Amino acid sequence: MITPIDAARPRLSNGPAAAAILSAAVGCFTIGLLQLAADISPAVNKALVFYKGSGALSGETTIAIVLWLALWFVLNRVWRLKTVKLGTINVVSMVLLVAGIALTFPPIVDAMK
Amino acid sequence: MEISLHALMNVMHGLLFGGFFLMVAWGGLMALVRSSYEEVPSRLTPGGYRWEHGYWTTAAALGWAAVLSGAYMVYPWYRATPPAGTTDLTTFAKAKLLSDPRTVYWHTIGMEWKEHVAFFAPIAITLVAYLVWRYRGDLRHFPQVRRAATVFATVALFATLVAGFFGAMLDKAAPMQGGRNITFFRSAK
Repeated sequence: MITPIDAARPRLSNGPAAAAILSAAVGCFTIGLLQLAADISPAVNKALVFYKGSGALSGETTIAIVLWLALWFVLNRVWRLKTVKLGTINVVSMVLLVAGIALTFPPIVDAMK
Repeated sequence: MEISLHALMNVMHGLLFGGFFLMVAWGGLMALVRSSYEEVPSRLTPGGYRWEHGYWTTAAALGWAAVLSGAYMVYPWYRATPPAGTTDLTTFAKAKLLSDPRTVYWHTIGMEWKEHVAFFAPIAITLVAYLVWRYRGDLRHFPQVRRAATVFATVALFATLVAGFFGAMLDKAAPMQGGRNITFFRSAK
C-alpha cells in the first residue's frame, strides 16, 4: 500500500547515500592520519593546536569534521540524482574506516614512527 | 553529599552522554540488523517515521555532546600541567598517571586511543541517522545502503566501547578532581 508519505517523495537514487558514506569514511580516516602526522612532527603538532586546552586534538578533529562536511556537501551536489557504483564506494569506505581506526591506535602509530 | 565540579562534569560526559549514547547506538544497531532479516519488510505510519527520525537524531546529538564535552571541557582539566614543584597531583590526572610506571599506559595507550577514536562514533551515527531519514521505508530496496549503515553503526558502537572502557579505567587510576565542590545534601549533624 502506498501511503501519503511515499507518494509525496521523489524517486530515490543511491547517489546521496554514496556521498554521505564516502565523506564520513574520509572524515574518520582524516582523524587517524592527522594523529599520525601530529605524533611524527612536532611542527604539525604545534600547528594543530586550535584550542590550547585540548592541544592538537582540537585541530585534528576540527579539520576532519570540516573536511567531512565539505566533502559531503560537494559529493551530494554531484551525485544527488545519480546512481553510482555503491559496492565500490562501500569497499573503499570500509578500507578507510579500518585504516582510520588503526591509525588512532597508539602502538601502531608508535611502530610507524 | 558532595562532588567536585570536574568530577560532576566527567560524570555528565561519560555516564549521561556517553552511557545513553551507547544504549541508543546498540538499540539502533539491533533495529538495523533485524530489518535485514525481515521476510515481510515493515512499514511505519508517518508518525512512526517521525519517532524513528527522532530516535536517530537523539543518538547523534548524544554522540556529539559526549565527544565535545570530553574534548573541550574534561580533557583540558585532565591534561593540565601542574606548576613546578607540585607534589600533590590529585587534580592533575595526566601528570599523576605518568608519574607512576604502573599507570603510564593508561595514558599513553588508553587516553591517546580514546580521545581520537571516540570522534568516529558521532560521525558514524550522524551518517546512519541521515541514511535512515533519507531512505526511510525504502531502505529495503537499497541493501548496500543498509549494509553500510549497519557497518557504520557497528563502528560507532566499537568506538564508544573503547572510549567508555578506557574512560572508566582512567577514572579509577586517576579520578577526575578539581574545581569547586558542589553539595547536594548536607547532614544535619
